[in-house]
Amino acid sequence: MLVSDIKSRPVYKGLTVDDAARRHLVAAEGEGALAVLEAFGDAPEAWSRMTLLYTPGGSAPANHAEALQARAPDAFHLHPTRQTLMTRLRALLDTATMGTRLYATGVEGFIGQVVAAGIEHGVDHFSIRTEHRGSLARRVQCVHCKGFMDDVTVSPVTCAHCGVPLLVRDHYSRRLAAFQGVSIDAECPGDVPAAEEIFK
Amino acid sequence: MSGGVEIPVRVVDVEQATETVKRFRLAPLSGEALPPFSAGAHVVVTMDDHGRRIRNPYSLIDRAEDGSSYRIGVLRVPNSRGGSKFMHENVKAGDRLVITMPVNLFPIVRTGRKHLLVAGGIGVTPIYAMANELKRRSAPYEIHYAMRNEASGAFIDELRAAHGDKLKLYRDDMQEFVSVSEILPNQPLGTHLYVCGPEGMIEAILKGGREAGWPEENLHCERFLAPTGGEPFSVVLQRAGITAEVRSDQSLLEAIEEAGVDAPFLCRGGACGQCETTVVSCDGELDHKDHYLTEEEHASGKKIMICVSRLKGRELVLDL
Amino acid sequence: MTIQFKSETFRDDFTFSNSPEAIRRFPFPFDKDEYMYAVNIEQHMPGPIKSPYEFPIDIDEHYVAEMRDRALVLKEDPLRCQSLPHMLTAEWDLVELLMESMAKNYPEHFELTREGDAWHWINRPLGIDQKFTFGDTSTLPYPPMEYITRQCQGDFCLCDQRNDDLWMDAGIVTTQADWSLDFDVGMSFKEWHGPVPLAHDIGVFDRALKFLLNLQQGRPVRRLNWTMTINPRLDTSPENYHKWGIDRTTVTPENVGNKVHLRVELQALWRLPRSNAIVFSIRAYLIKMEELVTIPKWGRRFHRVLRDLRPELADYKGLTRFRQMTVDYLAKHDDGAPTSPGFFPD
Repeated sequence: MLVSDIKSRPVYKGLTVDDAARRHLVAAEGEGALAVLEAFGDAPEAWSRMTLLYTPGGSAPANHAEALQARAPDAFHLHPTRQTLMTRLRALLDTATMGTRLYATGVEGFIGQVVAAGIEHGVDHFSIRTEHRGSLARRVQCVHCKGFMDDVTVSPVTCAHCGVPLLVRDHYSRRLAAFQGVSIDAECPGDVPAAEEIFK
Repeated sequence: MSGGVEIPVRVVDVEQATETVKRFRLAPLSGEALPPFSAGAHVVVTMDDHGRRIRNPYSLIDRAEDGSSYRIGVLRVPNSRGGSKFMHENVKAGDRLVITMPVNLFPIVRTGRKHLLVAGGIGVTPIYAMANELKRRSAPYEIHYAMRNEASGAFIDELRAAHGDKLKLYRDDMQEFVSVSEILPNQPLGTHLYVCGPEGMIEAILKGGREAGWPEENLHCERFLAPTGGEPFSVVLQRAGITAEVRSDQSLLEAIEEAGVDAPFLCRGGACGQCETTVVSCDGELDHKDHYLTEEEHASGKKIMICVSRLKGRELVLDL
Repeated sequence: MTIQFKSETFRDDFTFSNSPEAIRRFPFPFDKDEYMYAVNIEQHMPGPIKSPYEFPIDIDEHYVAEMRDRALVLKEDPLRCQSLPHMLTAEWDLVELLMESMAKNYPEHFELTREGDAWHWINRPLGIDQKFTFGDTSTLPYPPMEYITRQCQGDFCLCDQRNDDLWMDAGIVTTQADWSLDFDVGMSFKEWHGPVPLAHDIGVFDRALKFLLNLQQGRPVRRLNWTMTINPRLDTSPENYHKWGIDRTTVTPENVGNKVHLRVELQALWRLPRSNAIVFSIRAYLIKMEELVTIPKWGRRFHRVLRDLRPELADYKGLTRFRQMTVDYLAKHDDGAPTSPGFFPD
């Protein structure tokens, strides 16, 4: 479990299965596949009520998709990218009914986007079960130009949109599913420390 | 004043809604408009029974459009400590009462996409206000209203007029019961359920909700406890240096107020946490009845909600 | 009592200053010679006449200029005003609270007439005469919160109460001490206070939240917070930090008295009636060091507070670069004499 003293960062408590759920709507990315396999184990009745969306991300070589499919989820959607997964997820949420339990697992930026999509559909974020797996890379929003960057592993990082060198702050927005990037050299223009790989 | 701002009111109308329910219309003595309130809110009514002060919380039913009055509904409870009996037997049009500002411990979740309102008996009073607010906001909702028989349904006519087929009735005498397996499936994501009624009904509905896979965050209830009486005991208010007797027909909070000590309160029903008080010592067993403290806090014996809980013993020493 | 509204700026040429009367009524936030976080919440009761606590909503000589500055900020960045869809009822509650309070306490400047839902609002300083239907958004030129807060000093946040927490789900924030509404919208009470150092560990936010969840209608509360700003700039937002951050390097021993400002936030919280939401108003007051030291008690006291401030707090508040220079300036106004208890001038 990712332990952190950042107050605004969500606590990812792990994928505990809600046995009462009529439908398990599971969104997984990369190594998150392993969390799904562990949490749902080999209880066929749970898999038979599961709609599973998976995008392998950097974990493609490990071929977790095959392992997931082998458990025979009721519906299995394999997506080439996070973006295509999110499009499918939103469509499923549009018509989902109460009794659907939403799960999200993978890197933090991915979990955040799933949770934000759930909130947009009236799901209380406390009711979404989440587990962090994979790297500690962060999704970052530049506070100046509002551009997002996925999978940021270093700080400072230059904003890919406006070019301002950004300090990645320990402040997280659930609505934006991102950490905050703020100019690091505003008080000393040009004096930017070397980037350190701190979110591995 | 520890319950907040108080508003002196005059009873302008008393309506016998059913055999056991009366509706009271309360107008402010000042003539200034009563504040709007959010559905699910209650006020605490202070009654003066020949010098004995009784305070009971009642959900607000509605407010006249111009703010000239509020309505509350009061069920006559057989083993009442006096509040509902006093309201039924003594309070007439023209009488004065004092109410607190509205307090809401049972609000509509505004982020919800749809709202299922479930009421049993007199539990319909907050549900009535919620249904009106949802209608005003054009939000999707359903009302499920259970009662012993049609004659005891104090709000059927008004609800039917306002909400039409959004209202479903369940009459015990016709073997009709609210069935979670019928009302819960196929509700859209983001639906919230609210239940107010007898304890057994609340438990059954919440249990049904959990079993249907509804998250806790979507299940809401109001469990107002009318404080019950019990064995008398002594209370020592250590900081005030006062010892008082808690009679069998009064709550600990009422005894403390009678002794002249201004203890904090909001709901007087064991729900809000405002009257949480530190126990210094006691020579018996604390009889916890609130829904606020955790099980561990109950077991610790260090805290007590003085509005509903008591001591089974001789003497309780409080940090007051 | 008619207020003489000043024509002044909070950007570019920075012509802002306080009149002697405005200095005397400044909400100086230190009642002792030292500072640490505390749950310093008190009832928002009417305070002394002419003080910023006299009325629930304080309008002062900077009103017109501040409203002009707010309009400029919103023109550049509309994300400074946001409201999630479920907050509309709370927005109307805020319209009522602010219009009622302003009209009641400043009748020579503001006027409100209500006939049921038909409302008529007159704002003389800004030349506004608006008839509208309360509850009908299409009868106002802006959404309700934006409409009224373009006419009221201070930032405002609307907090929804659910799951035993407060959620900042709407707000207008253009005069902030370096926090982003756009980033914080939707956060819980402890989340939006996340970056504040030390206070979490001593339980300040646990206690404050517990208190606020039971905040009662008709019983507003207030507290003071403070930081320091270089130049009288209201819009010290993270969004524009890459533009104003450099100001912190421009302080010299010659200009410190004019450039360095104590910035005090009078924060007040009300329970709103229709929505059960809480409105959190954050009203910023600025005072230059050379204005502050005209009140000898404040010069002495602020010297001691700033000199002894814990480094984590100085860092968090962004004071590190100019703190020593300011302490040196204030030292010249501190003869070591004891200070009297309380906030107000002797």
